[in-house]
Amino acid sequence: MDIQDIIKPENLVYQKTKLLTDTPMHYCPGCSHGVVHKILAELIDEMGLQDKSIGVAPVGCAVFAYNYIDIDWQEAAHGRAPAVATGISRVNPDAFVFTYQGDGDLASIGAAEIMHACNRGENILVIFINNGIYGMTGGQMAPTTLEGMVTATTPNGRNVELNGYPMRITNLIAQLPGTSYVTRQSVHTAGGVRKCKKAVKKAIQNVLDKKGTSFVEVVSTCNSGWKLSPVASNKWMEENMIPYYPLGDMKDSVKGEHSEN
Amino acid sequence: MGEIKLMKGNEVLAEAAIRCGCDGYFGYPITPQSEVMETLMAREPWKETGMVVLQAESEVASINMVYGAAATGKKIMTSSSSPGISLMAEGISYLAGAELPCLLVNVQRGGPGLGTIQPSQADYFQAVKGGGHGDYKLIVLAPSSVQEMNDFVDLGFELAFKYRNPAMILADGAIGQMMEKVELADYKPRWTKEEVVEKNGGWATTGKPSSRKKNVITSLEMASNDMEVRNINLQAKYRKMEEEDVRYEAIQCDDAEFILVAFGTAARVCQKAVEVARAKGLKVGLLRPITLFPFPKTIIKELARKAVGFLSVEMSAGQMVEDIKLAVYDAGSNARVNYFGRMGGIIPTPTEVVEALEDKFSWELSYGVKRSY
Repeated sequence: MDIQDIIKPENLVYQKTKLLTDTPMHYCPGCSHGVVHKILAELIDEMGLQDKSIGVAPVGCAVFAYNYIDIDWQEAAHGRAPAVATGISRVNPDAFVFTYQGDGDLASIGAAEIMHACNRGENILVIFINNGIYGMTGGQMAPTTLEGMVTATTPNGRNVELNGYPMRITNLIAQLPGTSYVTRQSVHTAGGVRKCKKAVKKAIQNVLDKKGTSFVEVVSTCNSGWKLSPVASNKWMEENMIPYYPLGDMKDSVKGEHSEN
Repeated sequence: MGEIKLMKGNEVLAEAAIRCGCDGYFGYPITPQSEVMETLMAREPWKETGMVVLQAESEVASINMVYGAAATGKKIMTSSSSPGISLMAEGISYLAGAELPCLLVNVQRGGPGLGTIQPSQADYFQAVKGGGHGDYKLIVLAPSSVQEMNDFVDLGFELAFKYRNPAMILADGAIGQMMEKVELADYKPRWTKEEVVEKNGGWATTGKPSSRKKNVITSLEMASNDMEVRNINLQAKYRKMEEEDVRYEAIQCDDAEFILVAFGTAARVCQKAVEVARAKGLKVGLLRPITLFPFPKTIIKELARKAVGFLSVEMSAGQMVEDIKLAVYDAGSNARVNYFGRMGGIIPTPTEVVEALEDKFSWELSYGVKRSY
């Protein structure tokens, strides 16, 4: 059978969502960002939210997120995305507003902004990419860097006496009564991608239903920063990151309730 | 004739914001301007006009809330005082870089550091020369009365949207705290969703319909050539402001040999100083810059042709005096430019100003001619 006989509309089972632009991504091969972008773009399209969506891009590897998903975007200063999203959402209560932040952006320089946005229960979605390292600036230590992990600023491994402990900021977020849905996911397996998409969909629906802040952490790989191949990165993540940052829902309630967690 | 009331400068800022159709205020308490947010919270404008008021967790957060909200094409403002404005400097640079219209208010207090809560004008450089990183300018309006606190809210928004640039009202603790008679503006409705799209849909993040390309608010360009083009365009915009939107008030300058130059509270003092000096037979006038950027260079150049001397009277160590010197130098004039001021929250008295004038220009006053160099 010729290939042209197979390429027919009735045989179509999957296609790139039209909301993902054709701009070549700057992410390294093996990086989780591209998959999470795809999940977001698919959901915004499937849920018919293109004209309601305003994304807030961070400073970090996802600084150019606005080049890849065909919606209106704002580029925030480092760590300030939750404050920017608060401003957008407060004066545009009908918009679907989300931030897309890395671990340096969210858990270090922007720790105050994310805590207070979540505590106020801003009606926004937060996507938190946790790869335990500063990718954009060349692989320095992040708040989420594991103990003993080698980075450009911890060349002998993270020493908790000197640098403090890897921060499980999502667990802190789950304690805040302003949040409704807090979960930790990954996209390093096909099953993980499906689960993550389901979680992001639920989080978006919560925002549309004005249930408060929904927060999705995605434990991610940074093979360039980790100095590992993409395949080895997935394995290293499974063996090291996920035991410290276990996957699953941390909170699924309504705004105003304290987590049992 | 609008409604006339006796009000504090800070309260008027809040009232004017509601009446001019402001969509959102984001702030953080700091003396001597906390009455702005307090007044707004007590007025509950969200029930009346739909205006949003939110107390942020810090000035860092409030300026970024302004950024986010302003980028959706709406009328957004914040207010603070000197140390808070320093915290906002990062966000202000981003607002200028991304060309977002918004209104900022600095009710200045004395510095540096924690300084004092008394009035000061020591943030002149910070306001007119940039303040954050990179080459940028704010439109800076300097009110010298409670009435102007009212008027400049609407004017500030008008200029901010004309140029897609942050505008700042640079007041001080005295103007913020003092009560005066004020004629309030009539209510203007907030822009409807459709009006926002019609006016600002070309650039603002109003939500992407299929009929247009996505709007992206950013100040980032990775290619130096593109970043230089951005800068060239910004500078062209600032030159246009200098051509079209300089504002000042000249009081008894026509026959003046000596020109006092002062803004805000210092200008109020100097108005009295002109009277005192004239009563002594000195030909003194007052030039009051209303826009500190764009600075009224042209009128200073004109005055420099016949004036013997300029005295910059400031509640700082002498900052605006540098801009006056540049204008006088540009005019090729040999009029002498001096400074007199008080610092640390002290307001000079009219008598002090006249004494300083007589002291600093004693040579010119004795011989009645311009000193040649």
